[in-house]
Amino acid sequence: MGLRAFLRFTAGRLVAFVVLAVGVTLISFVVTNLVPGDPVAAALPDLALDDPEIVAAYREKYGLDQPLPVQYLVYLGNVVRGDLGTSIIGGQPVATLLGQYVPATLELAILAVILSAIAGVAFGTLAAFFRDRLPDQVLRVFSLVGVSMPVFWLALVAFYFLSFRLGIFPGIGRLTPGTPMPPRVTGMVTVDSLLAGDVATFQDGLGHLLLPALVLAAYTVSLLTRFTRSAVLEVLNEDFVRTARAKGLSGVAIVARHVLRAALAPIITVAGVLFGSILSGTVLVETIFSWPGIGQYAFRSATNLDLPSIMGVSLFVAVVYITINFIVDVLYSVIDPRVRLR
Amino acid sequence: MSDEAPAVPPADAEDREGGARPRPIRGIWRQPLAIVGIALITTWVVLAVLAGFLAPYDPLSQELPRFLEPSAAHPFGTDGLGRDVLSRVLYGARISLPMAVLLVTASGTIGSVLGAVAGYFGGWIDEVVMRLVDLFFAFPTIILAMAIAAALGPDLQNAVLAIVVVSWPTYARVVRGLVLTHRDSDYVRATRLLGASSRRTLVRDVMPNVVGPVLVLATLELGNAVLLLAGLSFLGLGARPPSPEWGAIVSEGSRTFDRWWIGTFPGLAILSVVMAFNFLGDTLRDALDPRTARAIRGRE
Repeated sequence: MGLRAFLRFTAGRLVAFVVLAVGVTLISFVVTNLVPGDPVAAALPDLALDDPEIVAAYREKYGLDQPLPVQYLVYLGNVVRGDLGTSIIGGQPVATLLGQYVPATLELAILAVILSAIAGVAFGTLAAFFRDRLPDQVLRVFSLVGVSMPVFWLALVAFYFLSFRLGIFPGIGRLTPGTPMPPRVTGMVTVDSLLAGDVATFQDGLGHLLLPALVLAAYTVSLLTRFTRSAVLEVLNEDFVRTARAKGLSGVAIVARHVLRAALAPIITVAGVLFGSILSGTVLVETIFSWPGIGQYAFRSATNLDLPSIMGVSLFVAVVYITINFIVDVLYSVIDPRVRLR
Repeated sequence: MSDEAPAVPPADAEDREGGARPRPIRGIWRQPLAIVGIALITTWVVLAVLAGFLAPYDPLSQELPRFLEPSAAHPFGTDGLGRDVLSRVLYGARISLPMAVLLVTASGTIGSVLGAVAGYFGGWIDEVVMRLVDLFFAFPTIILAMAIAAALGPDLQNAVLAIVVVSWPTYARVVRGLVLTHRDSDYVRATRLLGASSRRTLVRDVMPNVVGPVLVLATLELGNAVLLLAGLSFLGLGARPPSPEWGAIVSEGSRTFDRWWIGTFPGLAILSVVMAFNFLGDTLRDALDPRTARAIRGRE
């Protein structure tokens, strides 16, 4: 029964995922077509606009002479083939630029997710354990302040005081100027330097990663603290916890051995939200740290109104976001098979 | 879910849902967080209204010496164009606060109506609205808002429009859930059997049960609206220079980051306003029953 139910559930989620992915391209197509005026004028550099041949070729390539539904299908076909259009600024394909910038962001996002997972689960469990007592109240205020923080401002202040003034953290960028990049394998400095066996570069890269990752984690730690708290509180009311208590186990042992294990399942469900908000955060944070990832690329594209690039980044982030949610759904059905019955 | 509860609940009334017991809303005056929130909001509203009297300088005039450090004459210093930062921050409240209220009113109304209609009538209307909601939820909010604002062209109105477009689904989802719960309750069935029209039951019987939670959600969303608007302006997609919008000032400050005062003070203004709404909204949420409260968990 187990495998078949799992496969049926996974197939169902997969269909929903594909529908959502197509829907995401539909939204991004509609948004692209919001552009007031001529989309060709918006997408091509001024110089190219003077050449009627280029304009005609562009119109044909993106099916702009066709009715809107056909245009959408052309757009969808291009996206599926990995053609996300051309950046107005550099004239390079958006997909190429994304490929170039993604590793730096991924490195940052992964560290931020790890940091917020450890701190968030620890703080949330602590808050639940001391429910309504001082530690809980302090953590509540902290997490409310955390979700209220304008992350771009936090980045600025943290960089100014901790890095520029006090020198606790290294400066901007991925490595100290003059340090050569490790040979590119994954594009992530920490991973590549370890693969090359270069510990000094690894330490330098990790140091540069730490402050932006901490800034990005400020919001998600708060989110996860609150979520973990309510998940743990819910489990604390279960019968098996009462049994454990009746057996005479101490509070700490119950939380460590029984409660946390049961509470982790619902906590995993927010992984998608976590990753999504960290990726959004990079758009506002990377610029301040001169971090050459998709966030800085999005920021630069936004300030220059490079629409194809903006759409490429948002499409990419949305697809990553729904992919993680799909994986989480499937994982969750493995951990807690009851959801397959819904 | 903290602080001194007005009365100790009887031991046998332990809540199986794991949340706090609903706290009566009048108890809000005993909640320190809510009081701090209300005090901060009141202060900011007063500052915004009286900005014309309180601001020592014109927020746009560029007559002062540039890059003055904070001092008695200029508590927040001056910026790179010789403008008084304190005056700009005070005038900034006149943008962020009304815009946040406008945003939340617009997206709250659109989302609530769509959610109520979807939940009450069900069928294909429900399908269409909720699939649309799913689509919008597939994008992290600021990312979609950024794309829409960029497509519409960078100015404050378009940023507001973009934020409305990305934030109505939250209300639609919450209201639909609440309407579904109440639609199938016995008292609604009874009025329907007595011959009440669907419009009447929706407005007279279901709505009053939905309004409270929606207002709580709106309070929390006010904070989000301020953050989103400031974020878009920081990206250059919202208020345009020389507007003293807070996010835009932080953006200017980030370009000359060693003059820390330019970016630090408007950021503190954003933080204090958003915090105030979250303090208040979070306390109000605890006054709801745990299941409703859980439905109103913000996203991202």
